[in-house]
Order: sequence, then C-alpha cells, then structure tokens
Amino acid sequence: MKTKATLSQEYVKGLWDQNPVFKQVLGMCPTLAVTVSAINGIAMALATTFVLVFSSLIISIIRKLIPTQVRIAAYILIIATFVTLVDLVMKAQFPELSKSLGPYIPLIVVNCLILGRQEAFSSKNGVGRSVLDALGMGTGFLGALFVLGGIREILGTRTLLGFQVLPDFYEPWLIMILPAGAFLTLGLLMGFSNAYIAKKKNKERETLREKYLKPKSPTVNAQEA
Amino acid sequence: MELILIFFSAAIVNNFVLAYFLGICPFIGVSGKISSAFSMGLATTFVMVITSVVTWLIYHLILVPNGLEFLQYVSFILVIASLVQFVEMVIKKVSQPLYRALGIFLPLITTNCAILGLALFIVLKEYTFIQGIFYGVGAGAGFTLAITIMAGIREELDLADVPKPFQGAPITLLVAGILALAFMGFAGLISV
Repeated sequence: MKTKATLSQEYVKGLWDQNPVFKQVLGMCPTLAVTVSAINGIAMALATTFVLVFSSLIISIIRKLIPTQVRIAAYILIIATFVTLVDLVMKAQFPELSKSLGPYIPLIVVNCLILGRQEAFSSKNGVGRSVLDALGMGTGFLGALFVLGGIREILGTRTLLGFQVLPDFYEPWLIMILPAGAFLTLGLLMGFSNAYIAKKKNKERETLREKYLKPKSPTVNAQEA
Repeated sequence: MELILIFFSAAIVNNFVLAYFLGICPFIGVSGKISSAFSMGLATTFVMVITSVVTWLIYHLILVPNGLEFLQYVSFILVIASLVQFVEMVIKKVSQPLYRALGIFLPLITTNCAILGLALFIVLKEYTFIQGIFYGVGAGAGFTLAITIMAGIREELDLADVPKPFQGAPITLLVAGILALAFMGFAGLISV
C-alpha cells in the first residue's frame, strides 16, 4: 500500500529526512575536502547541484532507451559531460574559486551522491519528480556543506565568508582547516544530530504512551503485583 | 632517488585517504574486517597502477596531440570503468581463488574517487611516464595502509562501549580524524 509521495515531499525529503551527507553518508570526498571555508562549500554544492539536476533531467527523459546492462556506463558519461561543462565555465568565470577547489570539481564525476540518485530515483521516475528530487538533494547537500564549512572557517580562521566574527583574543584553531579537522567536525556533527533525533523520537513515544496508556496503568500495575 | 621520494610522498606524507579525502566511501564502507580491507586495498592498488599507465598514454598520445584536453574527464572515467571490467574478467579466467577474494570489491572500484583522482593528479603534476607509475604504486600502498589500519581499529572498536548516537559512521569519522592527525606528523618530511 505504498502511496506515491506528493511533489513537494519529493523536494523536502532531501533537506533533512534523507539528507545526503548526514543521513545517507554519500558524497563524502568533496564534503570533507573542500569545506575549508564556507564559500568553498557553497561553490562545491552549487556545482554538484547543477550536475545533479541536469543529469537527472536527461536520464529521466531517456531512461527507457538505456539498456539495463550498460546503464551505469551511460549515466557516468552523461554526468562527466556536465562536469566538463561546469569545470570550463568555472575556469573562465571564477578562476580563483576554480583554483582553490582544484581537482575536486572534476571529481564530481565519481561523487556517489549523483550516481546514487540516478540509479535509485531518476531511472525509475518521471522528469518532474526526478528534477524535484535532484533539487532537494542538492539543497540538502548545500546546507550540510555550508554548516560544515562555516564551523571550520569560524573556528579555524575567526571569519565567516571572509568577515571576522570572533574577537581578536580568540586563538584560531589551526587544526580545523587541516584534514583532521574535517573528519572530527563531521564525526561530531553526525553524532550530535543522531543524539538529537533519538531524543526527539523518545519524547514523542513518551507523549504517545502517556496519552493512551496512563488511564490503564493502575490495572497493569495491579496485575503485575 | 626521486622516484622513491614520489612513492613515499604519495603513500605517507600526502596519503590519498587521510590528506586528500579520496576513496572515503570504501574507507568507511569496507573497513569492517582486516582481511576484506586488505583485499580491497590490493585490488585498488592493482587498478591504480594500470590506470596510471593507461591514462598517461591516452592523455599524452591521443588527447594532447589532437588538442582534445577538455575530453579528459569523459575519456578517463570511461577508461577506468572498462578497465575495471576487463581486470575482473582476466582475474576470473586466470586465478579463481584471487577472483573469489577480490570479486565483490572490483565493481566498487569504478566509483572510487581515488582512481580518477590519481589520473587527474598525474596530469596536474605533469609527471613523466615512469614517475606516474611510481605515483600510482605509492597511492595504492597508502590507500592499503590507511584502510588496513582503520579496519584494525574498528575490529577493536566492536568491543568498546561507544555511545549509541556515535555508533557506525560518526565514530569511524572521529577515528579517521585522529589517524589524520597522526599522519600529519609526516608532513614536511618530503616536499615533492
């Protein structure tokens, strides 16, 4: 009795419920590598979203023409074409940003998030749903990268998007902008978000139990005794 | 001497996993047991070395003379995907025990960013053919080292009392962070 999700749900689920970074643990390489600063994270997420949306569009259009045996190769070719586009545009328009992201722009090709969405969603759903799903996943990815990049930038260099936010007496934690900081920050963020969700779920269960079980509880106790 | 430096630079100082964040998916996914982690490392090293040879040849003998450098991502990923398929078929034919040991990991390697990253770094750093091969061997050795250490730690972690929200991916990331800290001690050892 699986009912089809409404169109808005297709978009919203990528924001948190199936957030690519925190929930599905997909696309970790760029997540960890480029989030030295918030602006890098935003640029990376926008580039990834662009590739994701357009490859979802194309693949959902031609999904019935692709033979199943060679579908992965076909998906990767389509993705690689859009990544080349993004790379060339970024080199021409934002040479600084392109330099600081380095080889991680071409590595969008093998970002498991993109291939994963094509395999799990676009190859089975229509054009509209696939594009909405891609947009939602892209937005969720953007949020995660911005949070991660923001935290690392604030603690590592005292600034956010280039503006100083922490006072001068704060000694920047160099570790945060080094590779180790990326692992530690993401690990802690994931752990705390898991703890928060577990707490919230517990609370919901408690309220439900109180609502329905409280009137009966004396009898239960009496039986147990 | 220079070749040895390139090898150690790729394997330890600029470890692909812990310094460049390449190959994180298998690093987190397949690092549950030492034996499978080691097989994964070997399979990846194998593909890396062949990839560095083939992509170097394609880039310098086909793409550059024809002015087609912009096609490098498309051609590299295609080469890697077909190479992995080919390697799988050859191993299946030549050595059944090896195929059984590596079997399930081989298809996963296509989407391992470390392989494509390696091909791109060889182009970026303008290595010669021989240097490229040494870089590939070094990167593979570094990946094997990192994933095996990680598996060793995780086998111990199974017995540890980890807080529930941190079980699984979060604790793996934290351990990786501490490992990356340890590997930072090698920074500045070699500057290639």
